[in-house]
Amino acid sequence: MDLIGLANYAVFIAILIGIYALLALGLNIQWGFTGLFNAGIAGFFAIGAYTSAILTSLPADHRLGGFELPLLVGWAASMLMAAAIAWPIGKICLRFRSDYLAIATIGVAEIIRLVIRTEGWLTGGVRGVTGVPRPFGDLPYMQSQLAYLALVVVLVLAAYLLVERQLRAPWGRMMRAIRDNENAAAAMGKRVAERRLQAFVFGSALMGLAGALFVHFNRSITPEAIDPMIATFLIWIMLILGGSGNNRGAILGAALIWIIWSVSELLTDRLPTEIAIQAKYVRVFIIGLTLQLVLRFRPEGILPERQYGTSLPRK
Amino acid sequence: MTLLDFLNFYLVPGIVLGAIYAVGAIGITLVFGILRFAHFAHGDMTTLGAFVALALVGTGMNPWAALPLAMIITAAIAIGVDRTFYDYLAKRPKIVTVMASLGVALMLRSVVQVVWGVDPTTYASGIVRPNDYFGILLRPRELYTLGAVALIVVGLELFLRRSKWGKAMRAMSDNPDLARLSGVDNRKVTMLTWAIVGALCAAAGFMLGINTEVHSMMGWHLLLPMFAAAILGGVGRVQGAVLGGLVVGVAEELSVFILPAQYKAATAFALLLLILLVRPRGLLNGKVL
Repeated sequence: MDLIGLANYAVFIAILIGIYALLALGLNIQWGFTGLFNAGIAGFFAIGAYTSAILTSLPADHRLGGFELPLLVGWAASMLMAAAIAWPIGKICLRFRSDYLAIATIGVAEIIRLVIRTEGWLTGGVRGVTGVPRPFGDLPYMQSQLAYLALVVVLVLAAYLLVERQLRAPWGRMMRAIRDNENAAAAMGKRVAERRLQAFVFGSALMGLAGALFVHFNRSITPEAIDPMIATFLIWIMLILGGSGNNRGAILGAALIWIIWSVSELLTDRLPTEIAIQAKYVRVFIIGLTLQLVLRFRPEGILPERQYGTSLPRK
Repeated sequence: MTLLDFLNFYLVPGIVLGAIYAVGAIGITLVFGILRFAHFAHGDMTTLGAFVALALVGTGMNPWAALPLAMIITAAIAIGVDRTFYDYLAKRPKIVTVMASLGVALMLRSVVQVVWGVDPTTYASGIVRPNDYFGILLRPRELYTLGAVALIVVGLELFLRRSKWGKAMRAMSDNPDLARLSGVDNRKVTMLTWAIVGALCAAAGFMLGINTEVHSMMGWHLLLPMFAAAILGGVGRVQGAVLGGLVVGVAEELSVFILPAQYKAATAFALLLLILLVRPRGLLNGKVL
């Protein structure tokens, strides 16, 4: 690869890191601050992607859409849709231990995948949605990539600052209290179920926005674009490795894991075809193993959660 | 549609499918009830069990003779998985073990994909014509499946009610602290539970494989119906898991009357949300975690 090619690749990776960082931040609100187990991240991501795609894309005769609405409307709608799906699920499942939420979110992701594949009039079925506009798409290739990267960075930064602010605010303290001792928090008069629902819906909306950013970057989306289990799992390992409960850790984890994941893909693609297919599954195995190792040897992640306003170590 | 058509094309396939779900759901309900966490690797352990049986069949064994052996091998694998990946998390919040099990699910599946590939296959090729029993059409393999499930359920119930170790398992499910005080060895009960769960996984995977086909995603698609069945019946209740499995299986087959066939898989999810909404303890009064 020559220098230009390498620079292009680096920018491409950086944009995707930004998108994954948004997903990891969303998961951090749910898991890191509140202790909610969302195993259907890919579902909320897909909802966001398809919502924005359908609202902003060019008309096509085999599916709904072609409203050519402005980009910001698409993004807002993708967040709203993800939140609207999250709300009833959270409402039903958050009364119980997080295991139930995990089962239900796996189910939601499966149903969303089914709907996307089946309802061709809405999502284009296997052909997917194409002709999605891309901001700065008219510029020459490199400038356009850089401009999109800048856009993603601004959004990640905005999300980071907002979440950070919430974390330092009384709201964040209350959320940690609920996570660490639900009964004590309830005894102090905190509305545990309602607050959990809030965190679940906020986090899911952020995941929807990440989906929208992905679809405008790609200009199209098909049901095959995201492998639900692997995508969900990658984000989990990003957060756990980076440090759950720490926003900088979430972003760092997204960068680290995505670089390792893409570079290992580059390497395995060069193997002879017979081994290349098996190497693909070996990569998945290693990601699964990495989680086990992190859970065992460094459960707090690279950047552990910071302690606010207390010198007492948490148990 | 005549009554016989309804029985043959909807109810009987639903019951066969439900019986297979039931075997899987018993495993889930045992882990949920005794070890107190949702075991997400259950589906992929089922896949592994099905492929272990496939490897045995490949050596020339009769499929139904290979089943007991596959159950023993998968039981050993399940104990190994617990020792390697779950055991050391015992002191941490249970949800961490749930997360670890999601990772194990991915690892088990990629092992299957590396070793056996991703193409669907079968235990025995050729078309088998169903036999007619007073108008009810049943293939031999369906009859054997129902028989095997009945044998497993009755055997397990007897074990849990009559034997010393079965009672220890139930004691740990009801009250772990009290069980420990009464001298129940937690480690041994945990190991025994995983052995039973692994064997049940192999049985469920094998029976699904022999009635449909064997492929690397089969277990993952079982996960949602199995969990729905376990929670529907009541967590920790073996009879509940059987009842739940049958309800989910029959409901999936009957769902084609009101939903397009592509949404069969959504039925289990709808049942799961419904039961969590109206009766989270399940039909037979299980636990709520």
